[in-house]
Amino acid sequence: MKLFLRIWRQRGPDDKGRLVRYEVDDLSPDMSFLELLDVLNESLAGAGEDPVAFDHDCREGICGACGMVIDGLAHGPQRATTACQLHLRSFDDGQTVTVEPWRSRAFPLVKDLVVDRSAFDRIIEAGGYVSAPTGSAPDAHATPVPKADADEAFEAAACIGCGACVAACPNGSAMLFTAAKTSHLGLLPQGAPERYERVTAMIETHDALGFGGCTNAGACTEVCPKGIPLSTISHLNRDYLRAATGRR
Amino acid sequence: MERYVEGASIADAKAPDGPVEERWESRRFGARLVNPTNKRRLSVIVVGTGLAGGACAATLAELGYQVTSFCYQDSPRRAHSVAAQGGINAAKNYRNDGDSVHRLFYDTVKGGDFRSRESNVHRLAQVSVEIIDQCVAQGVPFAREYGGLLDTRSFGGTQVARTFYARGQTGQQLLLGAYQAMARQIHAGRITSYPRTEMLDLVLSGGRARGVVVRDLVTGRVSTHLADAVVLATGGYGNVFHLSTNAKGCNVTATWRAHRRGALFANPCYTQIHPTCIPVSGPHQSKLTLMSESLRNDGRVWVPTRAGDDRPPNDVPEADRDYYLERMYPSFGNLVPRDIASRAAKNVCDEGRGVGPGRLGVYLDFAEAKERLGHDGVSTRYGNLFEMYERITGEDPYEVPMRIYPAVHYTMGGLWVDYDLASTIPGLFVIGEANFSDHGANRLGASALMQGLADGYFVLPNTIGDYLADGPFEPVHPRHRDVATTEHEVRERVDRLLAVRGDRTVDSFHRELGRLMWDHCGMERSEAGLRKALDRIPELREEFWQRVHVPGDGAQLNQSLERAGRVADFFELAELMCVDALHREESCGGHFRVEHQAGGEALRDDERFSYVAAWEFAGTGSPPVLHREHLDFEYVHPTTRSYT
Repeated sequence: MKLFLRIWRQRGPDDKGRLVRYEVDDLSPDMSFLELLDVLNESLAGAGEDPVAFDHDCREGICGACGMVIDGLAHGPQRATTACQLHLRSFDDGQTVTVEPWRSRAFPLVKDLVVDRSAFDRIIEAGGYVSAPTGSAPDAHATPVPKADADEAFEAAACIGCGACVAACPNGSAMLFTAAKTSHLGLLPQGAPERYERVTAMIETHDALGFGGCTNAGACTEVCPKGIPLSTISHLNRDYLRAATGRR
Repeated sequence: MERYVEGASIADAKAPDGPVEERWESRRFGARLVNPTNKRRLSVIVVGTGLAGGACAATLAELGYQVTSFCYQDSPRRAHSVAAQGGINAAKNYRNDGDSVHRLFYDTVKGGDFRSRESNVHRLAQVSVEIIDQCVAQGVPFAREYGGLLDTRSFGGTQVARTFYARGQTGQQLLLGAYQAMARQIHAGRITSYPRTEMLDLVLSGGRARGVVVRDLVTGRVSTHLADAVVLATGGYGNVFHLSTNAKGCNVTATWRAHRRGALFANPCYTQIHPTCIPVSGPHQSKLTLMSESLRNDGRVWVPTRAGDDRPPNDVPEADRDYYLERMYPSFGNLVPRDIASRAAKNVCDEGRGVGPGRLGVYLDFAEAKERLGHDGVSTRYGNLFEMYERITGEDPYEVPMRIYPAVHYTMGGLWVDYDLASTIPGLFVIGEANFSDHGANRLGASALMQGLADGYFVLPNTIGDYLADGPFEPVHPRHRDVATTEHEVRERVDRLLAVRGDRTVDSFHRELGRLMWDHCGMERSEAGLRKALDRIPELREEFWQRVHVPGDGAQLNQSLERAGRVADFFELAELMCVDALHREESCGGHFRVEHQAGGEALRDDERFSYVAAWEFAGTGSPPVLHREHLDFEYVHPTTRSYT
């Protein structure tokens, strides 16, 4: 099959970017979207042109490195899928596809489709952990965890930190990301002692980094490749309110 | 031409004497301690942020050392440990099914085909118990049962259910635990983290490892970072085959550069071929995707009895199916270890009984499991893996059996380390998949996560203290000749890659090298094939340096340049892998020489090859020097590995 691509090219943060048209032929519907970019890049490199820079690594939908807006949707048209797990069978032969980087004030552009998501690391550093230094931890069976809580915590813990939620949010909010982590740890007894301090510190950092506020638009959960539910944000809001009012 | 030169044997791997179950305790007690005030004045560089590197950086910082951490990814959270699916072993015996530290030790030594060290493996089994406790304390959401206690399952190569898991995302959850522990220390100012930064060389001064030369992948700036000790936790080198289950960025550069600076490289030819990967779909393929081995707990592997049977799988009646693993290995069935399952799949495909495009595939069928557990039961256990399979192949595995084929997965070889995880360069320590350590010639499922975390959380933080007790070492001046020379060599190499401006892309070379390695140093090796590869690789390497085209410049993000440097090192490693495979005239674990087999099963030669092959670098294109470390088996006596 054949696809026409319009790809955002921008040499660096100071360059004025633009969409550039490419045509890629002899494609197979079994190819992943990133393999499509590989094919394009091979031909660009072969012609002595600068290949399209994009972040990717595991190509198994779990590292969270890849991410791009494909035809206006973060990670493309298939729901609950990362760009590396999106295959060309999701497109029609001869279709024109527009590819752009994540756009958000808190994710400065590095080059082409590559953005700097280190703000996510700053949010985790603010408190997204359990303070459990390595040493003689209690036996793993010492604290039973109700299965329902464990399962809910797991759902939230599945976040891969790709940033699609931010790219899709009209406010550029990272609330789903932050909520995923606070819910994961807040739902488990191991995370309980720091639960409220964690929420407060992470939200303060989130805001300070330039992410917008949440207005329950719900676009984040629509594009989340791991299906992190909006209920994590309710969980976060509840904890944040309790922390702020001291009513725990 | 002689392919290698004999060197002196390795006399001592520094494991303490005495009963195997007391050695770790004895080493910990014997190791010198560093007092807390001195720890603050000691610095350690940790390269890589996977399970081993992340756990190690966090733990060293908790202990009070100044830690600097590097990773090539944009965040430490993306290290490829994140992709491990199945689980982590621990001898908890929570199921009362006869498990014990001794049994995990026994299974691992046997599973490694008697090419690992008893002392190391026993320590791994002991520490496994603490790992689970540590991770649960961090909030790792392992699967639980209704009573609130942890669930476990069984995995290939064992008959007890000792594998802890977090759905099919165990690696991710364990990695996030380590990453979060790191994040806490970064926040506290005890770790300085440099993401998007690649180590390109090791700095030696006064015979000790004292730093690394790195390149900032965004700005292209080359710089040196100095410390009292260096820890490499940079993973494996399976990407030498181009197609593998490794992340695209996984590479050998850090360990290869250290090897060139004097660290011995052990057992490079031991490559684990994982039996349950999604088969290649076409020439565009950029990487292979693994389906967790845990699927073999409930899935049944089969091919048609008759070669050339093209009927859709659901139309093949029971009588015309060969459940070959259950037939050949009745007591382990579909749960035989990876090397056995991989070779069996290759053999049935070689007989023309393979399925799918090119007949390079076998079925992994869940029809029976669906009947036994129901659709929901199967989906609870394997739902995300089934989804992933459907994404990639466009087929629904609830209705049609999955197709799987073996693929390059994990490398058991790596830099040689002693019992303290110290390499042959003083001050250079190597942990996780980057060292050769505990898996022998074959790695059992769910044991890599165990080793990475054991090394990172518990072993290295104890053993490195004994080395650092001699420090702080005399500061190396950043403009010292040793530093300047190494940094100059790195810059020169980057410039040289950019200057070729030839007519072939980096990827075209990588594909060609990978194909050569898969054909001649892959699942099956022969003397003739290895000799052919050894003739061809140097030619291809020469051609690379004549014809490679790296577009762009070095002063910005340049992904072609990153890849070019890695592929250049893969060429040199590939040669060493073939030399190692050629000299080892036996079959064991992930190393199968066609000349050495008995009825299709690997034929080990303990008389001649019960040793670790540790290679010394003698210059590009010069024969490497072989140092042998003899292996003793006092507790688990080598027997023919049988899973029937």
